[in-house]
Amino acid sequence: MGETTRAQGAVPPRGGAAEAAGRALAGAAPDGGAAVRPGTPADAVGGVRPAYVAAPADPAAAAAVLAVAAEHALTVVPRGNGTKIDWGGPPRDCDLVLETTSLTGIEHAVGDLVVRAGAGVPVADLQAALGSAGQRLAVDTVVPGSTVGGMVATGLSGPRRILHGPVRDLVIGMTVLRADGVAARSGGAVVKNVAGYDLGKLHTGAYGTLGVIVSVTFRLHPVPPALRLLRAAAPGPEALREWAAAVLHSPTAPSAVELDWPPEGDPELAVLLEGAAAGLDARGAAVAAVLPEPPHHADALPPGWGELPGAPGDTLLRVVAPPPEAVRAAAVLRDAGRARGILAAVRGSLGTGVLHAAVPADAPPEAVAAVVAAARAALAGAPGGAVTVPHAAPPVRAAGLDLWGEVPGAALMRAIKDRFDPGHRLSPGRLMEGI
Amino acid sequence: MPVPVGPEALVPRLRAICGDAGVLTDPAQRRTYESDGLTYHAELPGVVVLPTSTAQVAAVVRLCAEEGVPFVPRGAGTGLSAGALPRSDGVLVVTSRMRRILEVDVEARCAVVQPGVANLDVTRAAAPHGYYYAPDPSSQQVCSVGGNIAENSGGAHCLKYGFTVNHVLGLEIVTPAGDVVRLGGKVAEAPGYDLIGAFIGSEGTLGIATEITVRLLRAPERVRTLLAAFPTMDAGGRAVSAVIAAGVLPAAIEMMDALAIEAAEAAVACHYPKGAGAVLIVELDGPAADVDAQFAAVTALCREAGATELRTATDAAERARIWKGRKSAFAAVGRISPSYIVQDGVVPRTALPEVLRRIADLSAESGIRVANVFHAGDGNLHPLVLFDDAEPGAAERAAEVSGAILDLCVEHGGSITGEHGVGVDKACHMPDMFSPADLATMDLFRRAIDPAGIANPEKLLPTPRLCGEPPGVRTDVHPLVASGEAELF
Repeated sequence: MGETTRAQGAVPPRGGAAEAAGRALAGAAPDGGAAVRPGTPADAVGGVRPAYVAAPADPAAAAAVLAVAAEHALTVVPRGNGTKIDWGGPPRDCDLVLETTSLTGIEHAVGDLVVRAGAGVPVADLQAALGSAGQRLAVDTVVPGSTVGGMVATGLSGPRRILHGPVRDLVIGMTVLRADGVAARSGGAVVKNVAGYDLGKLHTGAYGTLGVIVSVTFRLHPVPPALRLLRAAAPGPEALREWAAAVLHSPTAPSAVELDWPPEGDPELAVLLEGAAAGLDARGAAVAAVLPEPPHHADALPPGWGELPGAPGDTLLRVVAPPPEAVRAAAVLRDAGRARGILAAVRGSLGTGVLHAAVPADAPPEAVAAVVAAARAALAGAPGGAVTVPHAAPPVRAAGLDLWGEVPGAALMRAIKDRFDPGHRLSPGRLMEGI
Repeated sequence: MPVPVGPEALVPRLRAICGDAGVLTDPAQRRTYESDGLTYHAELPGVVVLPTSTAQVAAVVRLCAEEGVPFVPRGAGTGLSAGALPRSDGVLVVTSRMRRILEVDVEARCAVVQPGVANLDVTRAAAPHGYYYAPDPSSQQVCSVGGNIAENSGGAHCLKYGFTVNHVLGLEIVTPAGDVVRLGGKVAEAPGYDLIGAFIGSEGTLGIATEITVRLLRAPERVRTLLAAFPTMDAGGRAVSAVIAAGVLPAAIEMMDALAIEAAEAAVACHYPKGAGAVLIVELDGPAADVDAQFAAVTALCREAGATELRTATDAAERARIWKGRKSAFAAVGRISPSYIVQDGVVPRTALPEVLRRIADLSAESGIRVANVFHAGDGNLHPLVLFDDAEPGAAERAAEVSGAILDLCVEHGGSITGEHGVGVDKACHMPDMFSPADLATMDLFRRAIDPAGIANPEKLLPTPRLCGEPPGVRTDVHPLVASGEAELF
């Protein structure tokens, strides 16, 4: 990965101020509550190497580290397992990576269908713990290896969002450390709660630009007794769009209606049904009834279900649009790529209109820019339509591709950022211009 | 900062914006708007405006911003936390004349509506296509979608389907500066901060929603409703726990105690089983086979928990009969008590039996009767605290019991409000649930959107004027206070 030079000289910074900051960080939490070490090239965030990496042992130590960072005006990027650390824009500056992996702990209130989990808990571990009680957090694994904090900070949701909503709909409470290190909680431990502003909504998908998430409380769902996955290859995007609309209009209550469109070949429709085993035949038949040919069916999910298309390192485009337009935009995007020798894989939720397209990491930046522009143009006039680039391969990033496009409400977002992080020290630049 | 003027000084310009018929200055007309559903908080609004378009709302708010005059948004006025309590020094912006359903888009499964549209009218518009709008607050025949946005309204079916925030895809808002901003559209998950999610439930303190795109759900294939009578509340509570533990997620689980049953019987003759200590209403919906399997399970679990009678509804008319008593419960207590307070608190579901016993103790100790009607599935209590306002001191004692119930909710890790909102009524209870830092952080958000503090001031967050100075020794001054940007709570 290409490492860019920090705004303030070589990495890690030398000199009295930097050393003082390092000493202060090391002493931030008593009894070695926060291990601090110099950053290495492997710690780079979007190509920007941090001067220090701190791994606080608990929320109090994390708060102490952030307070010291505030005192020394250090820029801070929180990191979980780092699976998406190269997502978003590269930080304008990064003095300190704050590792959340020691912020663990799972408090599962089984009878209340609620769990509180530390930001550093791997989502897979959380699901395993919940599964042993017959419950689940109704989010699919989109990026394997993610922590709770990373999943929430990037707002990543998978196929089942059609029934249970995206991850933000499952967050009922959150504790966040502000830029000054002060802990602030919003929401609570009960699902139904309208006391105060739901600040957890702002932090979900904020890429750590408003605070450092230390724990999240989620609502849970019972694991359904059985599932069935129906798959059918469509002759083209228009047929697929019609099929998806017909399935969604049927009273079969699917948990997911997915598009899987490999780099070459026809798009495939996948419909996930969950519920009583006795009902799956009838529901499956109702789905089949709206398709021209009988679909393939399976009683288990295939490996990689719900994961992003393409390979790690690919440039990732996110298409958000009313479902009919989303399919059309995906087709435009693929055609624009093909015309430039780029084969893009597309996957995502047809029920909610959120698709991801993977463009090979070595695609020429100007071609990627053209593909993004074509997809954005295809969505002009679609209410709520947007094409963003959650991950840009280093050459694409270096070429200055506009990752976010025009974001409605950007002025309000900047106003929020200015209040929460007046010094713009938290993940500066990872989410949109000026944030 | 402009020198604030009285709202009456704005009248000529407000008339120029909204027309003569859209501006009410006559005291008798203004009196109609002096309170929302929580009538013991009342104040005559300085001026009332009834805009008919986004442009008019924006022009009114911009004028308020220019002149430093506070404004209070109001929908149908059914709120129960005095969130729409007017200000004598402010403009009340009523959205009731913005009541057009602009579009029902079946393929994108959404509807675009103006804020004054009644909640139930969205479902009425979607029903011919086989769809419905899920949030169903009890006042859904009259309450407005705009008001639902402000309060993040729920309803009996939010156990399974969530709240307003889970069903809004797009918003057009007028900010406290008078700017029109469109967020989202016919799809959720817009890029950047989730402003829609944070705006919903902000109680009119961040601006006014002028156009709303809501998600529509496909009508379920089957709906079955069960009414189960139990000898005691404990037995009913055991049934609720057993249903949840069995992995069943009903669309609704509602519970009423003997006093609430008595009131409902007196008011609407719902013919619930005589002598029951508790009734439970369980509604299941979804694919037919799933509903049937779950229905069998729920029926068995109710019997095991000691149900003395079970009734089932399979069609809409029978279902309406079962729901009649529950839906009329709040109004019905008027038949058995001259006055009452409707409380709204939440406890973790597993704490329900304990909290209900403590409420019974409170009632016994104080001699104040409490009828319990609640959303048992999600632990959302609506105790009705009954009193006779002709009896000296009774109102105060009732308020004490009502407040003590909130304390119980917080003590058990719950919330001071599950769906009615904070408004004025509970602003001073916010510190019971949140730390000063939590509240200061919420205020950062408010000030980001409304730096001048003119959007529904003194609602939602506590202020010294409302609640007095907090107890305890203050060791330092918050920098935002020092700079004059924030108030102390």
